[in-house]
Amino acid sequence: MMHGALAPSDYLVIAPVAICLLFGAALLMMRKRIDWQPWLAIPGFLLLFAADVLLLLKVAAEGPQTMMMGNWKPPFGIAFTVDMLGALFVTTAGFVGVASAIYATFSMSRTERRYGFFPFMFLMMGGVSGAFLTGDIFNLYVWFEVLLMGSFGLLILGSEREQLDGATKYCFLNLVATTLFLITTGYLYGVVGTLNMADIAQKAARLENDGAVLTIAVLYLVAFGMKAAAFPLNFWLPASYHTPRFVVSALFAGLLTKVGVYALIRVLLMLFPPQHADLATLISWVAALTMLVGAFGALAQSDMRRLLNYFVIAGIGTIFAGLALTGGEGGASATVSAASAATQAGGTAPMTGMAAAAAPLVPGSDSLVIGLSGAVFYALHSIVIMTALYLAAGTAARISGSSSLRAMGGLWRARPGLAALMLVFLFAVSGLPPFSGFWPKVILVRGAFQAGMPWLGAVILLTGFLMTVASARVFALAFWRNAPEPAVAGGPNAGFAPAGEPSPMLAMLPLLILAVFAVVAGVLPQWLVALTDVAARGIVDPAGYVGSVFGGVS
Amino acid sequence: MRTVIFRFTAPYLTALMVLFSIFVLLRGHNDPGGGFIGGLIAASALAIYGIACGVAAVRRALWFHPMAISASGLFLAVVAGIFSVFAGTGFMTGLWVFPKIFGTEVALSTPLIFDIGVYLVVVGGIASIALALEERESD
Repeated sequence: MMHGALAPSDYLVIAPVAICLLFGAALLMMRKRIDWQPWLAIPGFLLLFAADVLLLLKVAAEGPQTMMMGNWKPPFGIAFTVDMLGALFVTTAGFVGVASAIYATFSMSRTERRYGFFPFMFLMMGGVSGAFLTGDIFNLYVWFEVLLMGSFGLLILGSEREQLDGATKYCFLNLVATTLFLITTGYLYGVVGTLNMADIAQKAARLENDGAVLTIAVLYLVAFGMKAAAFPLNFWLPASYHTPRFVVSALFAGLLTKVGVYALIRVLLMLFPPQHADLATLISWVAALTMLVGAFGALAQSDMRRLLNYFVIAGIGTIFAGLALTGGEGGASATVSAASAATQAGGTAPMTGMAAAAAPLVPGSDSLVIGLSGAVFYALHSIVIMTALYLAAGTAARISGSSSLRAMGGLWRARPGLAALMLVFLFAVSGLPPFSGFWPKVILVRGAFQAGMPWLGAVILLTGFLMTVASARVFALAFWRNAPEPAVAGGPNAGFAPAGEPSPMLAMLPLLILAVFAVVAGVLPQWLVALTDVAARGIVDPAGYVGSVFGGVS
Repeated sequence: MRTVIFRFTAPYLTALMVLFSIFVLLRGHNDPGGGFIGGLIAASALAIYGIACGVAAVRRALWFHPMAISASGLFLAVVAGIFSVFAGTGFMTGLWVFPKIFGTEVALSTPLIFDIGVYLVVVGGIASIALALEERESD
């Protein structure tokens, strides 16, 4: 809530959406000028990322930010409210957007660019950013629709038969999920009489925990679980994500499922905490099964991209595991377990990094905050690493002319740099140190044990092991072994790359950018843990969020 | 459908409908009407012209690609919101000026710009669908 004139920096709240829509529209207007497109799109994405980072810094310094659209007063007008959770997600999305745009410049054919890759990508990024930034639940639905429209366009880029098949499944399931979301929002409006999330958080806390509110919470869980591809609603993802271009798969795998996760955190954990506690057992089962389906599915695949599809699902399961942890039984036991956790952390003194990473979490935080913080960290890691894996797989597939693990091989010798980066990403996705996947898993496993759910921690570890095996399979087959006979017949290893092959350095640039995150978040996780910790506390206790919307009024 | 009478009247009908769509667009702030319905009327005018005289004639008459028209509308709608940055109020706040043009007070506002944006988005979007469908039929 703001009175009087706003400073220019206040408009950062809306800037990511405005930048995406402006650039998307401008690029669509000059659709035929395909040579200009990347030169406008890449600065656009850099600008978007810069705005995201500034917004994150502002939120970190000043707490949640709100802007009311058209100066309408809070519960009635549409609020854009950014807290640490939204700012972290939107910044990571912007980061991934920059890398994907650079990659697309070097991998898209001219006809695909003419068809409008960059405008659709900006439209989708606008929808994703809007979903992360809005503070109004109906507006969240609108941004879901915007990102869906962009993603439909991206999905059928090229108009191949197989793509239309995948797109049909994707569209249908997503439309079902969004319709369910809309219907549930209607119910919610009937119960609480408001759509502003801060207002709902206040009013829902005063409601009795009766069947109506629980029904709404369950319906939201189903709708967002379908978006996030959680078991048993995950089947659409492996059926559709392998058909579009690699860079499109990368964006989808990185961002779209995480939008579902974000919406679930925002709605279920912030707006309906008692219902979330009731559903925690269900969510823990969903999480465990999602992880196992993802891990075993990945083991069963022989196509690189289909295998990565299942990695996405396993990652979603891991995030859900963090959301399944509840505050434990009462404050006393929470403090006891926190104290024991502290001694435990002290006991593992040789792993000082571990103690340092967990340190901000320990004092006075219950397992709900720990789990949420770990889930947010894992989600951010997953956005970057899944995008990176798909992009790296795309490069590998282009070099070897196939994405089937049976046909690939010899990439270690042909492209040592690519192989090294792929190894980094595979380590990170499996949760092996010293890369970004390790710390969130440490936090989540610790949280699971602390919350009295050791079996969930065991499933996380088992999934990590299975994903390590699947990753090892990818690396051994596609990179380490010599190229199989039929491929060799095409010519000496790098010789059969398509004629339009970009120079290796430029094609590697986006992968390098993404690898920087994997290494930095793996070696120096403290700053990121501190941020996700703030985000988790902001969700568990939304006083700052509510205060930013309503000011001192209520 | 290409009877002489229809082909003769279609251009007049189209011109009349486009004119009417602009009228509907401009009265929309306080009376029934607005960008969306205005855009629909204009798009159906273009569709009639396409049925009578062929899609190629419509594309020639439009000059710009329908998708580009649509995109310009989206651009205009966002720009309408950005005016609020200079006024220091919440994004998308309606800002009004009342200049006297030839002795008449004219109400100009950012909602009008936004509405024109909506109009263009609808014209472009619906026209591109309609033209694509009409083209497919003639193939």
